Amino acid sequence: MTDNEILSTHAKIFFPIWKRSPIKILSIVSIFLYLVFSINYFNFSINDFISGFTKMKPVIASMITWNDFFSWNFYSIFTGILQTLAMAFLGTIAASIVSIPLGLFASRQVIKITLPRFFIRRFLDFIRGIDILIWALIFVRAFGLGPLSGVLAIFVADTGTLSKLYSEAADNSSNKQIEGVISSGSNKLSTIRFGLIPQVLPIFISQSLYFFESNSRSAVILGIVGAGGIGLQLSERMKAQYWDQAFFIILLILIMVAIIDRLSRKLREKLINE
Amino acid sequence: MNEIILNSHNKNLIRKKRLWNLFLIIMILLGILISSKVIDINSTRLIDGFPRLGDYINQILPSLETPSLLLDAKSEGSIAYWYFNLPNYLKLLFETFNMALLATIIGSSIALILSFLAAKNTAPNLLTYFITRRVLEFFRGVPEIIFAILFVWALGVGPIAGIIAMIIHTTGALGKLFSEVHENSDDKPIEALKSSGGNWLSEMKFGLIPQVLPNLISYILLRFEINIRASTILGFVGAGGIGQELYLVINFNYYEEVSAIILLIIFTVISIDLFSGYLRKNIIEADND
Repeated sequence: MTDNEILSTHAKIFFPIWKRSPIKILSIVSIFLYLVFSINYFNFSINDFISGFTKMKPVIASMITWNDFFSWNFYSIFTGILQTLAMAFLGTIAASIVSIPLGLFASRQVIKITLPRFFIRRFLDFIRGIDILIWALIFVRAFGLGPLSGVLAIFVADTGTLSKLYSEAADNSSNKQIEGVISSGSNKLSTIRFGLIPQVLPIFISQSLYFFESNSRSAVILGIVGAGGIGLQLSERMKAQYWDQAFFIILLILIMVAIIDRLSRKLREKLINE
Repeated sequence: MNEIILNSHNKNLIRKKRLWNLFLIIMILLGILISSKVIDINSTRLIDGFPRLGDYINQILPSLETPSLLLDAKSEGSIAYWYFNLPNYLKLLFETFNMALLATIIGSSIALILSFLAAKNTAPNLLTYFITRRVLEFFRGVPEIIFAILFVWALGVGPIAGIIAMIIHTTGALGKLFSEVHENSDDKPIEALKSSGGNWLSEMKFGLIPQVLPNLISYILLRFEINIRASTILGFVGAGGIGQELYLVINFNYYEEVSAIILLIIFTVISIDLFSGYLRKNIIEADND
């Protein structure tokens, strides 16, 4: 084939780029324009930036030099870690218990009529729309500072998400087992107990475990608004500019989260295989 | 004979299952007991709290009255009175939205660059692979609000601190996801390009990116949803957005404004979730065709 033949048979490939992929060009141009717009919008100035980061240099230096390591208050730090874990555990357990009936009622395998299901689902959407930190702030108002407010915040925020996941698991369950139980003359309750629950329980448990993992992360930040746990210790030390201790706590949090991830993954695998 | 063996085996299985269940339940109860001890839950505080929670919710709900519902902002009981500060809220919501969008764009760009270094099949050597992975782990392991506290201290109160905090977290999370997508990609197109004499850049551009792009975009959109949520709360530590206003009205007990802002946030979060979910679905479907 000569060059001209190739050109005539695959003409499209040799179009200039704005003709070949207009969407690509358009998106690149619009992203570029957006970046220009946002530099103006946020009053971004490179000088502030440089001065901010020169301010951070000594911070980073003091983060990794632990001079008075042995005089730190380890008791409060490790109590904070324990509190965080306890908050995550209690919040997840409470949310899981409430989510089982809520999730089942929001599933079409259990309730065939659309209307009540619709209201439960919108209610869950509403709960999920509010971030866990906002819940924590509200509970701190009612229950005072401390981990109790954190547990309740985790409980409410997780109920919204877990119920939805539970109801989806129930929706995706197979009809065969349920019909089998019905055909042997069961009532509504035992249909759910013997037809549906055995199918969905492993999924429920593994999702709850997964949420325990993610809650041990979010329980960390709840302390920032006063809802107890290690976050309180961390934000206090950051406010007082004890960067070395703050960095130590961050490292502890990372280790804690990594250990929980590993344990929960092991447990999940075991449960799914059971 | 067979039946007897079967029965005893069945009984054994049931007994084993029951023991296992009992063990699990005891463990959970023990966990609850220890946890309640650790955080010192006392029932009086719990019981005292719930009525106060009810009072609080009652106070933040607007006192709307049917006859004056549609009147102007000066008459009590109207929607306009409840939302008298709406222009300010909308301005802050727009800021929140822009914080999330900008952080998603910049964060995903950095993540894309780092993801090549953090994927086994595209990393230049094992050392870079290892280091990039650890850096990304650190970036996503630290909650963004902690980064935000640090940057608020360094750069002052305002959205820039929040944006940088979100950029770091986005880079960490997306960098890992992107590198996993790269690792799962088919290496045949890349080898074809290599054998026809392409350099590394063209291998990535023509061999890898076309395969992974739909997945990457879908992850970026998911991240955008997460960032929208995050940017509504970063204001709690002074990092800009509507969270700053929400924190203020909660702490100063401007009761009705609390519900006004929370409703706006829910509305924004849900509508962006729906829109982005729709886009993601279309991208995946277009990819499957």
